[in-house]
This record gives sequence, C-alpha cells and structure tokens, in this order.
Amino acid sequence: MKQRNQGSTRREILIGSLAGGLVATFRISDVAATPEAMRSAIRQIVGTAQVRKGRVDLDVPPLVENGNTVSLVVSVDSPMTKTDYVKSIHVFNEKNPQPNVIGVHLGPRAGKAKIATRFRLADTQVITAIAEMSDGTFWSASAEMIVTMAACVEVL
Amino acid sequence: MARPLVNVPAKVKRGQAFEIKTLISHIMETGFRYTTTGERIPRDIITFFSCSYNGEEIFRADLYPAISANPFFTFFTTATESGTLEFKWTGDNGFAETATAKITVE
Repeated sequence: MKQRNQGSTRREILIGSLAGGLVATFRISDVAATPEAMRSAIRQIVGTAQVRKGRVDLDVPPLVENGNTVSLVVSVDSPMTKTDYVKSIHVFNEKNPQPNVIGVHLGPRAGKAKIATRFRLADTQVITAIAEMSDGTFWSASAEMIVTMAACVEVL
Repeated sequence: MARPLVNVPAKVKRGQAFEIKTLISHIMETGFRYTTTGERIPRDIITFFSCSYNGEEIFRADLYPAISANPFFTFFTTATESGTLEFKWTGDNGFAETATAKITVE
C-alpha cells in the first residue's frame, strides 16, 4: 500500500512539472504577436473586403543581421491621379510583440506611391504590406525575412 | 531636444513629384523591454507624423513600437506652388516637435 502511494505522488509530481512547463510556454508566447493576431489586425483595417496579391512591391532585405534597424520600402503600382490613387499603406508582422508596424495615409497629390522607413524585427517571420486604393480595393505583398539578432524584447 | 532633420530639394519644376526625407532623434522605447531587475521599461514612442504643403495635409503616418529608434521617413509629393512644408511629430509623454522647409516651384 505504502509503495503504491509513493508511486502516485511521483506521478503527481511529474504531471505538476508538465503543467508548469505548459504555463511557461504560454508566458513566452504572451509577449509575441501570432499569425492569427496579424490576421485580426489586418481584418481591422480591411474589414470584410477581399485582399488580392499584386500591385504592391515590398523591398526588404531577405537576411537581417540586426533586427533593430531594418530598411523597409513599399511602392505601389498606381497612376496617382485625382480619380485613381493609393489611399493608405499598412505594414504588418507576425512575430513582433504587436502585429502593426506602420499605417501611412497618402492622397492624389503624392505623385508617386512610394514610402521608406526603418523598422524592428523580433524574429524570423513574414512581413505583409497592404495598400488601399481609392476605388476601395486592397492589394498586398509579403516577404519572408530571416533575422539573426532580434530586437524589441531584449533585457537591458 | 529632439532635433528634426528635413531634406527637401530647393527648387522643383511645377507638376513634378519630388522626394521628401525626414529624420528625428527619438529613443522609440517599445514598452516590451525589461531592466536587469525585472522592471518593465515604460513605452515612449512617437505615435503620429504628418506633413502639410501650404496648409494642406499631404502625408500622415501612425507609428507603432515596431518603428526603429530615430524614425526616418521618405515620401513623395507633387510640386504645385512655392511655399512651405510643415512637419509635425507627436508622441507619448507629451512629445511634440515641428519643422518647416521652404520650397520654390519654377
């Protein structure tokens, strides 16, 4: 009887340690956006509209050594006239703590739908840029980026 | 002080699209980092940037913590009339900075 009791306690300890491991993994994923979080962030911008591939050119380095400053150039194929222009450009990520990178609003006066900035990457991931046209359509482009030194969450 | 840098061509031809470059010094603290004692460093970022040309807004951006320290932007606008370009940055902890640039349209 005694031995059986001991066995069950050991099992309990094992189960307990397993549960602890699960809690630990949840804590880690707590600070990172997920592909689902990116999808819901995109939904907030586009609503129920369909997002089509094309017309957007996302120029980013495929291999990033330092995730703290990564160059990002987004250009959209548009005549930029009073009746046909790019209204906004939004950039999203999958694995930074937050799914949004930037939201830019342009108008017909821009003349050229091209923007550049620098952003941070916390992990190897897929970046998506979405452009909203004046006719209400959405176009997108994605790029996979490999990061060797991550940004955002490091301890000082 | 956060000193902004703005680069605009001095002269442009009417109807031509020209490039504007801006850079401002700012830490852009994400709010996701911790000190060695385990304290979370509070978020301190620029959240908004806009540019207007003779009073009319031509470019506006919403910034998130994913933007690098010392935010840098380049964008385009079409030359219409000679005048001023006004740049405005606002952010956490009451951060506000402005800059202006003159443009001559031929």
